[in-house]
Amino acid sequence: MSGGVDSAVAAARAVEAGHEVVGVHLALSRNAGTLRTGSRGCCTIEDSMDAQRAANVLGIPYYVWDFSARFKADVVDDFIAEYSAGRTPNPCMRCNERIKFAALLEKAIALGFDAVATGHYAKIVTDDAGNRELHRASAEAKDQSYVLGVLTAEQLAHAYFPLGDTPSKTLVRAEAAERGLSVAQKPDSYDICFIPDGDTRGWLADKVGTETGDIVDRTGAVVGSHEGAHSFTVGQRRGMRLGTPAADGKPRFVLEVRPKENTVVVGPKEALAIGVIAGSRFSWAGLAPEQPETAFGCEVQIRAHADPVPAVAQLVDGELVVTPGHPLDGVAPGQTAVIYVGTRVLGQFTIDRTVSAVPVDA
Amino acid sequence: MVYLDHAATTPMLPEAIDALTAALAVVGNPSSIHSAGQQAKRLLEESRERVAATLGADGIEVVFTGNGTEAVNLAIKGLWWQRRTAAASAAEPADGSSPARRRILMPAGEHHATIDTVEWLVAHEGAEVVELPLDEVGRLRLDVLADELERGAESIALVTMLWANNEVGTIEPVEEVARLTARAGVPLHVDAIAAYGQLPIDFHGIRRATDAPRGSGLVALSVSAHKIGGPAGIGALVLDRSAAVEPLIHGGGQQRKVRSGTQDVAAAASFAAAAEIVADRLDADTARMAALRDRLIAGVADAVPEARLSGDAGAGASVRLPGNAHFSFPGCEGDSLLFLLDAAGVAVSTGSACQAGVPEPSHVLMAMGRSEADARGALRITIGHGSTDADVDAFLAALPAAHAQAARAGLAARATSFDR
Repeated sequence: MSGGVDSAVAAARAVEAGHEVVGVHLALSRNAGTLRTGSRGCCTIEDSMDAQRAANVLGIPYYVWDFSARFKADVVDDFIAEYSAGRTPNPCMRCNERIKFAALLEKAIALGFDAVATGHYAKIVTDDAGNRELHRASAEAKDQSYVLGVLTAEQLAHAYFPLGDTPSKTLVRAEAAERGLSVAQKPDSYDICFIPDGDTRGWLADKVGTETGDIVDRTGAVVGSHEGAHSFTVGQRRGMRLGTPAADGKPRFVLEVRPKENTVVVGPKEALAIGVIAGSRFSWAGLAPEQPETAFGCEVQIRAHADPVPAVAQLVDGELVVTPGHPLDGVAPGQTAVIYVGTRVLGQFTIDRTVSAVPVDA
Repeated sequence: MVYLDHAATTPMLPEAIDALTAALAVVGNPSSIHSAGQQAKRLLEESRERVAATLGADGIEVVFTGNGTEAVNLAIKGLWWQRRTAAASAAEPADGSSPARRRILMPAGEHHATIDTVEWLVAHEGAEVVELPLDEVGRLRLDVLADELERGAESIALVTMLWANNEVGTIEPVEEVARLTARAGVPLHVDAIAAYGQLPIDFHGIRRATDAPRGSGLVALSVSAHKIGGPAGIGALVLDRSAAVEPLIHGGGQQRKVRSGTQDVAAAASFAAAAEIVADRLDADTARMAALRDRLIAGVADAVPEARLSGDAGAGASVRLPGNAHFSFPGCEGDSLLFLLDAAGVAVSTGSACQAGVPEPSHVLMAMGRSEADARGALRITIGHGSTDADVDAFLAALPAAHAQAARAGLAARATSFDR
C-alpha cells in the first residue's frame, strides 16, 4: 500500500473477496521526506500514514517493511548505471521485477502469504489449461500492463490485481470515496519516486557529475557542446542550445548517446525512425510461445504510454528481433519493448540494438 | 493479546485512571486567584509533591512537561543556552580563544530525544558533540568520560546520558558519572525515562553522595508518566534549585518560569497516583519482573540456541532493567519476527518505536560494535507491572515457529529465487 488511492481500493476489494489481507507499505528510502509535494504520490511519511489510515478503515493489520537497501542497489543504482551507459531505463519496471514481485513476494511467501496484491491496472486471465496470462486492464487510459511485462509465470502465479476489470480510474476514486477512504481525491503520481522534485536531469547530474562533451551531427561534425551525455535521451529535442543551425534549418533531435566518448549525436527527425529493434535479455509473461523461432505476428509497445504498433517478432540465435509495421520514433537502447498478442502480454525484452529505417545520407 | 512491549508504553493503572477521571471534573485554572483556582492549584501541587517524593526530590524541583521528550529537550537545550550565556558574560581570555563551553558530552546509543536535540544544537547553535563510546554490553566507558572531563571541563556545556538504555536495558553508572561531573564542575542531565518505575531513583541522594556543588553534577533528570502506568501526555523534568535553564516555551511564567502554559491538573493527579503505587511496590514488582524476564531469557536460549542476548547478561535488577530482554536472531529480519508474533497474538518490538513505523538497524546495537545484520535481527521483549507467567509462556510457545519462518524469509537485502 503506497498511500495512493489505487492500492487502497485494491486492498478493499481483496478483503471483500474474502481473502485474509495484510497491508504492507514498502520503505524504499532511508531518509524519506515528511510531507507530499506536487504530483508525487509515494514514499513520504505522509504517504505511509495515508496507507495506514486506509488499512485502519479496512480493518486490516498494517506494517512497514524495509527494502531500502535492495531498492537502492537494484533500482536507484541501476538507473544511474543505465543512464551512465547511454541507455534509458524504466525504474518502475525494475521495481516490479526486483522489489514488488521478487524481494517482497519472496518474503511474503516465506511468511505464509499466497500472493502480492497491488493497485496496478492489469488483468490476470487463466486459460482453459489453468495457465495464467497477463492482459491489459479494462481501463485503457490507465493500463499498466506494460510495466508488469517483466513478470514471469512464477511471479504471475502469486500476483493479484483487483483493479484490472474496472473500466476507469474515476470509478476507483468514486469507490474509494464511498468506502470512506481519505485518499479518494489524492492526486496521481507521475514522476520517478526517488527523484523528489521531478528534475531527472538535475538529479543525474548530482549523482554522475558533469563533464563537457561534444554534440555532433551524423557526419561527425561538432555542432555544440553539453555538460554530460548521461542527461540526454534518444528522441529528445529540447535543451541542447545548439549554436550552429542545421543546414536545412529544421530542428534537430538526439539520435544517439555515446557515453564512452561523452558524445551526443543529433540529426533530423526523419533519422530517428527505427526499422528493427532487438535484444537478447527477454522473458515471457506466462507460457512461452511454442515456436518463437518462427516469425509470428504481434504488437510491440516501447514506452508505458506509447501506442502499440503491429509487428513481426522472431527469436534468432537467442536474440528477439522485432520488425514493426512502420518505423518507430525515439527508440532508445535500454528501453523495454513489451510484446502483445491482442490484450495479452506475451513477454518483453530490453532493447540492445536498433536498426535505422533511414540510411545516413538520406 | 499478549502484550510484551511495556517499554513502549504500559497499561494505565486503575488507580491512575480513577485519579484522572476524578480530577477532570475539577473546575479551575491553577493560576487563577479565586477559590476554584486555589482548589485546582492545591490538587496540582499535591500531585507535584507526590511525584517528587518518588524521585527523591522536592515539589518545587519538578517541572511538568508535555512528555518525556519535552523534558529531555528542556534539559539539554535549556542547560546549553544557559551555560553559553553564562560563559559569554564571564571574562573571556584576551586572545579571544575561549572555547566558551561549546561541547556536549553524550554517550553513543542514546534515545533519539537526546540525539536529535543535540544534533539540532550542533546544526543551529554551534554546539560540538563528543560521542562517548559504549562497551559491548552497551555501558558507557567511564575512563573515556573521565579523560574528556580532565582534558577540558571548562569547554563543556553539559553531559547528558541515559540512566538505563531503552533498547537493551543496560543500566548505566549514573552515580559515578554524577561524581565525575560534580568534581569537574559540569552539569549532568540524566534521561531516566526507561529506568523510572524499574529502579530506585533518589535525586537528592545522588547529589549528596557525590558532593555536588551548585549547578554541577546531577542537576536535571527526565521522566515520563506513561512508562509507569500513568497517562501519556505528561512528563517531568526534575531540576535542581541551583540549575538555571532557558525555557523552550514562553508565556505566563508558570512553573518557575521554566515552562509556561496552563497546567494539566488531571494528568498531574493521575501521574502522581501511578508514581506512588509504583514506588510503593518497587522492590516486589521488580523482583517479580526480573524473575519473569530471567525465565524468558532462559526459554529463548532453549528454543533458539543461536539467539544472542544483547546487553548485560547479569541476572536481577541491578545491571539490567528487570523488565528488559533483547535478542538478535541471526539471519532474520526483526520486522518479520514482529509480524509473525503479532499474527500469533504476541506484541513485541524491534527496538524503539519510530516514525512511520520504518524499522532501521538499531543505532544502539551498532554503537555496541555489532554488525548491521545483527542489528536488523533485533527483537525487544519487555515485561511490565501486569505481566504474568502466562504471558511469558505464550511468547515462548509462539517463538519457535515464528523464528523458523522468519529465518526462511531471511534478510530483505539478499537475492531471491525470482531474480534473473
